Amino acid sequence: MSTVVESHDHGHHGPAKGLSRWLFTTNHKDIGTLYLWFSFIMLFIGGAMAMVIRAELFQPGLQIVQPEFFNQMTTNHGLIMVFGVIMPAFVGLANWMLPMQIGAPDMALPRLNNLSFWLLPMAFGILISTLFMPEGGPNFGWTFYAPLSTTYAPSTVNFFIFSVHIMGVSSILGSINIITTIFNMRAPGMTLMKMPLFVWSWLITAYLLIAVMPVLAGVVTMMLMDINFGTSFFNAAGGGDPVLFQHVFWFFGHPEVYIMILPAFGIVSHIIETFSRKPIFGYSSMVYAMASIAILSFVVWAHHMFTVGMPLAGELFFMYSTMLIAIPTGVKVFNWVATMFRGSITFETPMLFSIAFVALFTIGGFSGLMLAIVPADFQYHDTYFVVAHFHYVLVPGALFGIIAGAYYWLPKWTGNMYDETLGKLHFWLTFISVNVTFFPMHFVGLAGMPRRYPDYALQFADFNALISVGAFMFGLTQLLFLFIVIKTIRSGKQAKPEVWEGAGDLGLEWTLTSPPPYHSFTVQPQVK
Amino acid sequence: MAYIKKVYTRFCLVIPFLFSSLTFTEDSDYNMKVGVTDVSQSIFDLHMLIFWICVGIGIIVFSIMFWSLWKYRKSKGAVAADFDDNFWLEIGWTVAATLVLVWMAVPSTQVMVEAYDDAEGEINILITGHQWKWHYEYLEDEVGFFSNLSTSQEQIDGEVPKGEFYLREVDEPLVIPTNTRVRFLITGNDVIHSWWVPDFAVKQDAIPGFINTAWTNVPEPGIFRGACTELCGIKHAFMPVVVRAVEREEFDAFIAEKVALAEEERMLTSKIWTKEELMARGESFYATNCAACHQASGQGIPPVFPSLVGSEITMFDSKRHIEILMEGVQGSAMAAFGESYSEVDIASVITYTRQAWSNGENGDGVIVTPQDIVAYKNRIDL
Ligand code: HEC
Ligand code: HEM
Ligand SMILES: [Cu+2]
Ligand SMILES: [Cu+2]
Repeated sequence: MSTVVESHDHGHHGPAKGLSRWLFTTNHKDIGTLYLWFSFIMLFIGGAMAMVIRAELFQPGLQIVQPEFFNQMTTNHGLIMVFGVIMPAFVGLANWMLPMQIGAPDMALPRLNNLSFWLLPMAFGILISTLFMPEGGPNFGWTFYAPLSTTYAPSTVNFFIFSVHIMGVSSILGSINIITTIFNMRAPGMTLMKMPLFVWSWLITAYLLIAVMPVLAGVVTMMLMDINFGTSFFNAAGGGDPVLFQHVFWFFGHPEVYIMILPAFGIVSHIIETFSRKPIFGYSSMVYAMASIAILSFVVWAHHMFTVGMPLAGELFFMYSTMLIAIPTGVKVFNWVATMFRGSITFETPMLFSIAFVALFTIGGFSGLMLAIVPADFQYHDTYFVVAHFHYVLVPGALFGIIAGAYYWLPKWTGNMYDETLGKLHFWLTFISVNVTFFPMHFVGLAGMPRRYPDYALQFADFNALISVGAFMFGLTQLLFLFIVIKTIRSGKQAKPEVWEGAGDLGLEWTLTSPPPYHSFTVQPQVK
Repeated sequence: MAYIKKVYTRFCLVIPFLFSSLTFTEDSDYNMKVGVTDVSQSIFDLHMLIFWICVGIGIIVFSIMFWSLWKYRKSKGAVAADFDDNFWLEIGWTVAATLVLVWMAVPSTQVMVEAYDDAEGEINILITGHQWKWHYEYLEDEVGFFSNLSTSQEQIDGEVPKGEFYLREVDEPLVIPTNTRVRFLITGNDVIHSWWVPDFAVKQDAIPGFINTAWTNVPEPGIFRGACTELCGIKHAFMPVVVRAVEREEFDAFIAEKVALAEEERMLTSKIWTKEELMARGESFYATNCAACHQASGQGIPPVFPSLVGSEITMFDSKRHIEILMEGVQGSAMAAFGESYSEVDIASVITYTRQAWSNGENGDGVIVTPQDIVAYKNRIDL
C-alpha cells in the first residue's frame, strides 16, 4: 500500500494550482500560510473596531456611535483579537515551524490540519454576520457574563455560542495534531530536553488548550440551555448562580491568557539567542518555568473575581497563588537578560521587537502583580488600569512576539530578505504608538475611569484624547507592516539557508534552503 | 484642531509631573484616590508600596538589560561568551523573587483583613442595582428611593455645554452619617452591576440572587462620586453613584423627612385621582424610568425595545398592561416595576402610556387608578 502512495506522491512535488491548492491543502506550510493570512485579516477587522471605540472616546459625550453599537464593538474587538488574531497566528507559526524545527516532513495529521483551519473562517463568518442582523451582535463583553449574556442578550447570542463552539473544535483538533507531531515525528536524537523552546512552548500550550477549551464549550452550552431550554444554571430566579458562570469562564479564561503568551515566550527566546550570538541562558529553567506557569494557571482563576464577594480565605488563596506565578515569569525575564549579557548583539528588526517584548511585557507583569494584591484590586478592578495591564501583555507581549517571529522567519519562508529600513521604521512607529496608547491607560484607570464606558466624566478627557491619537497611529502603522510583508513575498535580496549569521547551529530549520522544500524534511536529519 | 492643541499643551505640562514623586503621594488626577476612610488610606499606602517595589525591580532589571545591549553590541566588536547556565545565579534570583513576594504579601494580607470586616453596621443600607439606576433602602427605617443620573441627554449629545459634574451627578444621592459604621448590603435586580466609591475603597458586585456586604466609616462630611463598574448593558456608563456624608443630626432629619414622605405616599394611594393628575405624574415617571428603553416618543428601539405607540396592549388590554408593569416580562429586559414603586406611580405611568401619543385617540382610553393596582395586588396575594 505504501508503495502506491509513494509513487503517487512522486507524481507532483509542488502544490496544486489555483484555489484548490488552498481549499484542499494538507501541506503544513500552506496551512500555516492560511492561518497567518487569516489572522492578519482579522487583525485589521478587529483593529477597525478598536478605531471605532477610540474615535468615540476621543472626546467626552456621544458623537459617533450609540452605546448599543459601542458595546458590540468592544465585545467583538475582544473576541476577534483573542480568538481570531493571537491564537490563529500562533497556530500558523506552529504549522510552519514545528515540522521544520523537529526535522519532520509535515504535521502528523495533515487532513485534520486542513479541517482545523477551515473551521475558523466559518466561525468568524458567523460571528461577524451577527453585526448585520437587526438585533445586532454580541454586546456583553468578551467575557460575556451571565445574565447579561443570557436572559438579557439579543437573540443573536445563539450564533455567538455556535461560533465559539466551532472555534473550540478547531483549537482542540489543532492541539491534538501538534501534540501528536511533537511526540511522534522528532528527528532521531532530539530528546525532549533538546527540543527548541518554541516547540516546548507549543507542546505546553497545546495541553492547556485541550484542558480548557472543553470548559469554554461547557459554559456556552449551559448558556444555550438557559436561553432556549428553560434551565437555570446562571439564573438566580430559577435557583441558579450567576457567579458560577464566572468561575467556569475564568477556569477557562486564565489558562487562556497563558495560551496567548507561551508561544511568544518560545519565539522571543530563539530571537534573543540568535541576535546575541550566544545560546539561551538557562534552557532547562526556561522549560520548567513554562511548565510551572501552565500548572499554576489552573489555580488562579478567581483573581478576576475579587469583587464578587468571596470569603476572606478564598480571596487570600487566589492572591497568593497569583503572586506565585510572578516567580517563573520573572525567571524567564532574568534568563533573557542573562542571554544578552556578554553576547555580541545586533539590532535587526526581529531583535528590536524582542527587546521591546521583554521590556514592555515586564511592565505588564508588574501591573499584573499589582492587580493580584486583593485590597488594591478593589480599586483597580474593572477600570482602565486592567485594560492597560492586559494590553501590555497582549500587544507588546503576544503581538510583538508574533511580529518578531514573522520578521525572523519571513526570509526563510519566502527566500527573500525583508527591507530592513522599512522594518526598523515599522518597529519604531509601533513602539512609540503602543506606549502612547496604552501607558496613559494606567493613569486614567487609577484616576477612576471604569472600562467598557462609551462616555466619561470630564476629568478623563485629556488622557483619552492622547490615547486615541496613539491608537490611530498604531492602527495606521500596521498597514506599513502589511506592505512590508507583501513586498518581501514578491521581491527582496535572496536569503541564504541560515539567513542570520551563525543561526545554522541554532536549529534544524536553518539547515533547509530558503524557501524550504515543499515537504520540509524528506530524510530525517540526525540530531547530536 | 484647537482641541488637539489644548490637549497637547496640557499633556506637556503633565509630563514633568509624571516623573516627580509628588504626583504619586498626593491626591492627584493621575493616581489612585487616597480617599477619606482608614481603609482607603491603607489601600493607597499598600498600592504605593507595591508600586515602588515594582519600580525598584524594574530599574535593576532594565538597567542591566540596556547596559548589556549597549556594552555588548557587535558594532563595538563585542565577542559572545559561551556560558548558558549558572546554577547558583538561578537559585539566587528565584529565592530573591520569592522573598520580595513575601515582603508584598504580608502587608497585603493585613490590609485585606482590615477591609474585610463583616460585622453589623449601626446603619444598614440595601443597595440594589437596576438597569440603569441604583436603589437605596435604609433597612432600619424602611424607607428607600431610586438614584438616577441627572445629566441631561442634551449634554451627552453635545447640544449644550457639559457641566462640571458631567455623568457624575444624580437626582438623589445616597445620604449617610459621618463617624458611623455604615454597612452596605449590595444586590442586583436584573444583571450584575458593581457599586464603586473610590473615596471609600468600596467596590462590590451587585449580583441578582446574592447579597454582598461592604462597609465604611466616613470621618468627614462631603460628596463622594463613584460609578458602576460591571458592564450592565447600554447605559452602563450612565448610572453613577453619588454619596453625601453628613453630620448625624442632618442625617436624622433627612430620614425623618423620608419617613414622612413615605407616609404621604401611602395616603395618596387612597385618594381619588383625576386623569390630569395621573397624566402629569405619569409623564415625569415615564421620562425617568421608561424612556431609556421605550424612548420619550414611545416608539422604542425595535426590535430590542418595542414601541408602546399603537400596541395592542397599550391601546386595548389594560389588564395585561397592569400585569406587565407589575410582573415584568420573564426573560426580557422589561423589569417588574411593581416590586419597587408605589401603586400611584404604576397607575399613573400606565394611564400616561394609554393616553399619550396617539394611544388615547386610537385606543380604548381606559384610565388605571391606584385602586386598580391595589385590587390587582390583593387578587395576586390571595
Ligand atoms: C430596560 C429596558 C426597559 C425599561 C426601562 C422599560 N421597558 Fe418596557 N419593555 C422592555 C422590553 C424589552 C419589552 C418587551 C418584552 C417582551 O415582550 O419580550 C417591554 C415591553 C413593554 C410593554 C409591552 C409592550 C407590548 O406591546 O408588548 C409595556 C406596556 C412596557 N414595556 C411598558 C413599560 C413602562 C411603562 C416602563 C416604565 C415604567 C417600561 N416599560 C420600562 C424594556 C424596558
Ligand atoms: C505576572 C503575571 C500576571 C499576573 C500576576 C496577572 C494578574 C492579573 C489579574 C489579577 C487580573 C485581574 C484584574 C482585574 O480584573 O481586576 C488580570 C487580568 C487580565 N490579564 Fe493578567 N496577569 C499576568 C499576566 C498576564 C498575561 C501573560 C496575559 C496575557 C497574555 C494576561 C492577560 C490578562 C487579561 C486579558 C486580563 C483581563 C481580562 C478581562 O477582565 O477582560 N495577564 N491579570
Ligand atoms: Cu488571570
Ligand atoms: Cu454597569
